[in-house]
Amino acid sequence: MDKPLRVLIAKPGLDGHDRGAKVIVRALRDAGFEVIYTGIRQTPEMIAAAAMQEDVDAVGLSLLSGAHLTLFPAICKELKKKGLKDVLVFGGGIIPDEDIPVLKKAGVDGVFGPGTPLQTIVDYLKGKLAVAR
Amino acid sequence: MPGKNDPTDLVKRVRRGEHAAASRALTVVVNDAPGSEALAKEFFKSSGSAQKVGVSGPPGAGKSSLTGRLIAHYRAQKLKVGVLMVDPSSSISGGAFLGDRLRVMEHATDPGVFIRSLASRGMIGGLTYAIFGAIHVLETLGCDKILIETVGTGQDEVEIASVADTVLYVTTPAMGDEIQAMKAGAMEIGDIFVVNKADLAGKDKAVADLKAALGLGHSAGQAMKAWEPPVLATSAKTGEGVPELASVLDGHWTHLRKSGEGRARLKGQHATELQFWIQRRVIKSALDRVTDKILEDMVSRKTDPGSVGRRLLEAR
Repeated sequence: MDKPLRVLIAKPGLDGHDRGAKVIVRALRDAGFEVIYTGIRQTPEMIAAAAMQEDVDAVGLSLLSGAHLTLFPAICKELKKKGLKDVLVFGGGIIPDEDIPVLKKAGVDGVFGPGTPLQTIVDYLKGKLAVAR
Repeated sequence: MPGKNDPTDLVKRVRRGEHAAASRALTVVVNDAPGSEALAKEFFKSSGSAQKVGVSGPPGAGKSSLTGRLIAHYRAQKLKVGVLMVDPSSSISGGAFLGDRLRVMEHATDPGVFIRSLASRGMIGGLTYAIFGAIHVLETLGCDKILIETVGTGQDEVEIASVADTVLYVTTPAMGDEIQAMKAGAMEIGDIFVVNKADLAGKDKAVADLKAALGLGHSAGQAMKAWEPPVLATSAKTGEGVPELASVLDGHWTHLRKSGEGRARLKGQHATELQFWIQRRVIKSALDRVTDKILEDMVSRKTDPGSVGRRLLEAR
């Protein structure tokens, strides 16, 4: 039997609005993932250290404050610094369309805006991570 | 990735104290992945010297927050701390929300602290079958103290007593009267009892109730231990009582090493580890071979549980 996939959901920066992150945590739990949640106001270093110690398959970032162009790339950089080159990074929140290519270039594989059906994110993770394994 | 899970290399790197190697080794051991037995064998050799502290108690008592306080206390003494936090897996989806880590995130970037969240993955009793394998990785990493937080427990989850050296039972001022504390089960296994949330009203009454219940006589297990379980009040919120708790934890560790009980407990732990191994290999492998056809045959009374069970066990 396949072992559950592990995902870290993290909220970087000063944004305290974590309902979206909690909805994702719950949806992934119900889809059979083992989900770890960092809580709010995390630095890129804290998120990368947690991802490393938990040996997760993916890291999901949630940010609604507008600081994604600074924080998401900083987290991708920290993950690489820790040797986590295979970890899938995805993100969501209030992210303008024109920012998406910039984030993708920085290492964020998937970006999901408000209103994305939960099943879309579950299918995305299962698809990507099945290939990775 | 080639060489990523190479056992000799991994063990060497874990011994050197590399967190990334420990993390990878934990995944291999916990998932029972290919090569896990060879790895586990090496890690077992380096085990047996750290104090394993079990933190148990009902959900919401403050086990994770108190664990965070203990980490800070041990770090002030320059001790290396390993933490394993278990939360329940869903019996429906197989998924889990491992929510303990967010209470200890302040220690995330401390190189002297390694924290791993584990899902119970079908085990009843507050832990996970892979718990010993995980402990041995952290022992090999060089941790001086290993804190093991159980799933939030009810009255009946006592597995931690045969895994940890010292069991900390955490409760709150709202836990109920001394009648609750007189029941068999979880209340019997504590080496140290803590009334957490001492910043709330009712702390003194809760401490008195616990002491009264414990004072009625030794539990069957405790009679042999020659250790009177103390009752302390702490507040993970304010830090009140944490230094006292840490000193009692040290006292119990000294007691275990000076009396013969430490060795007796270690033997008990090995017996349990063996039991978990057999449960994973024999029982689970037999259960995995139960097919719908077998169940259909039972419904139509072509066969019975005894006949099927015997066949599954013998067909290994």
